[in-house]
Amino acid sequence: MTAAAVAPPRVTLRRRRGRSSWRGWVFVGPFMAVFGLVFLAPIAYSIYLSLFRKQLVGGNTFVGLDNYLRVFGTPGTVGDPQFWSALGRVALFLVVQVPIMLGIALIVAMAIDGGRLYGKSFFRISIFLPYAVPAVVATLMWGFMYGSRFGLVGNIERAFGVSLPDLFSPGLVLASIGNIVTWEYVGYNMLIFYSALRVIPTELYEAAEIDGAGQFRIIRSIKLPAIRGAVVVATIFSIIGSFQLFNEPSILQNLAPNAITTYFTPNLYAYSLSFSGQQYNYSATVAIVMGLITMAIAYAVQLRGMRREG
Amino acid sequence: MTTTPRTVPTPRRTAPSPFRPALRRPSARRPAAGRGHSVDRPRRSPTLTVLMGLILVYSLVPLAWLLINASKTQASLFDSFGLWFSGPFALWDNIVETLTYDDGVFVRWLGNTVLYVLLGAGGATALAVIGGYGLAKFAFRGKRAVFAIVIGAVAVPGTALAVPTFLMFSRMGLTNTPWSVIIPSLISPFGLYLMWTFAQEAIPTEMLEAARVDGASELRTFTRISLPLLGPGIVTVALFTMVATWNNYFLPLIMLRDPDWYPLTLGLNAWNAQAATVGGEAIFNLVITGSLLTILPLVAAFLLLQRYWQSGLAAGSVKG
Repeated sequence: MTAAAVAPPRVTLRRRRGRSSWRGWVFVGPFMAVFGLVFLAPIAYSIYLSLFRKQLVGGNTFVGLDNYLRVFGTPGTVGDPQFWSALGRVALFLVVQVPIMLGIALIVAMAIDGGRLYGKSFFRISIFLPYAVPAVVATLMWGFMYGSRFGLVGNIERAFGVSLPDLFSPGLVLASIGNIVTWEYVGYNMLIFYSALRVIPTELYEAAEIDGAGQFRIIRSIKLPAIRGAVVVATIFSIIGSFQLFNEPSILQNLAPNAITTYFTPNLYAYSLSFSGQQYNYSATVAIVMGLITMAIAYAVQLRGMRREG
Repeated sequence: MTTTPRTVPTPRRTAPSPFRPALRRPSARRPAAGRGHSVDRPRRSPTLTVLMGLILVYSLVPLAWLLINASKTQASLFDSFGLWFSGPFALWDNIVETLTYDDGVFVRWLGNTVLYVLLGAGGATALAVIGGYGLAKFAFRGKRAVFAIVIGAVAVPGTALAVPTFLMFSRMGLTNTPWSVIIPSLISPFGLYLMWTFAQEAIPTEMLEAARVDGASELRTFTRISLPLLGPGIVTVALFTMVATWNNYFLPLIMLRDPDWYPLTLGLNAWNAQAATVGGEAIFNLVITGSLLTILPLVAAFLLLQRYWQSGLAAGSVKG
């Protein structure tokens, strides 16, 4: 990766390699030192934690992979049902919400880039603005609006004398959260796609137009292939984001205590395990398993995105 | 991110010469004529504008709702239509009450947030800028390893780190202090990556070599030649780390017990939760007004610095 991303080493650089070899570290060193403290050390520590169990008598005992067996189950058992139900929920969230969000973002980016829109810079900045809103504020706002007391849902119910489905009910709360997350991140993803579209050389469009290609043909044959890299990256970020889902359900818990359980998402589960249940060792195990699953899926998406290119 | 170098076709983006001047003059990149359509400039489409208008409304309605309802008293919140003004115009009263409620605890939270942003996001930007510059412009041993470790770490979920970080910090006696929020905020892998790609394009290696031939030290070369060229990239990274720190909820939630150290996000959530507790006073008008005050600085920063961060993001995120 580095070879492709970094400018090919110049002859002069290569000649001075002996002298330059430490110079880069003067600049990169501070980042890596803090990175070691807040990223690598905790990862190492959580792996250590996951191999132990706190006993009532005798303190921490080494238990090998027992904590992992509790997640995955031994042959013949199903493992930890709460973890798997949480994982299933975020997986459902992922396959429904991420395509909707990225699809809208892509359409908006194409529309703004295509030059067929009135007032496009107003559109660009306005649709991006929700990204600047903290998840806490976004969730509170939407949570209030969803409500039937002083929210818009309540307004509509009273105005038309109808009874709308409760957006905080167990069946709908995941969709309600999906809407909040979509609202927060459509603009951000749009901007990533838009930035990628801006770099496509003008000559390609001119050549295509001379050849008689229409707008949709240009989108399909030039624009989409050219921004595939950006799409893959946005997809990977969204996958990571979905698997880490925490803020929105955690804040909505006040408004929908019956629908959002302590194991609503894997992240929420790991949090409850350690801060309500004091089960630090098992919580670390859950977090590691979740990290590995996330990395595996992100890697699979990356491979797929690359293969299609060939 | 790992994908980018391979998934973005290299030949198309390695024509650095036409883009380099554009990096420094962002406006040059978007000529008013609608770049790319000089042969047959597409007509503006009302249908498309209306369609996009729907998405625009979706994006802005919650913000309008917040603004409108921040002007209502708690009583009129409950008996008026949400998307129009009603009752006495209480915006100023609400702001005053938000700022003074509970001995001005909101101001204290605001001060905490500013502290975390200045030290956390400021430090994160500085580390990302010098680190990205080092990766872009120096050949050194272990560079591939740095890249692989940082990119791999991005995929690790927040909780995988949060719980062990909390336990580590609690052994070090750092929990429930500002440091427990500031130190983890110092690392922004996304910022590092953005600065790396940005520095590659924005700083011609020949300029650095010329400066070295003239006998300038590495530090002087960096501050005098490179830093000024990195301007839009620095603004971009600063803005995005600022948003991340200002909006941070999970990390302070874990680290802080004492409400005196809460940032705004935790404070607002505590105010909202107050209504649900037994004997707690419902202060929805203050939650709404406080939310409005919380988002104003960031919205203002994004609007005022548009020029800079959009060109910085364009240069960095094409590959990112």
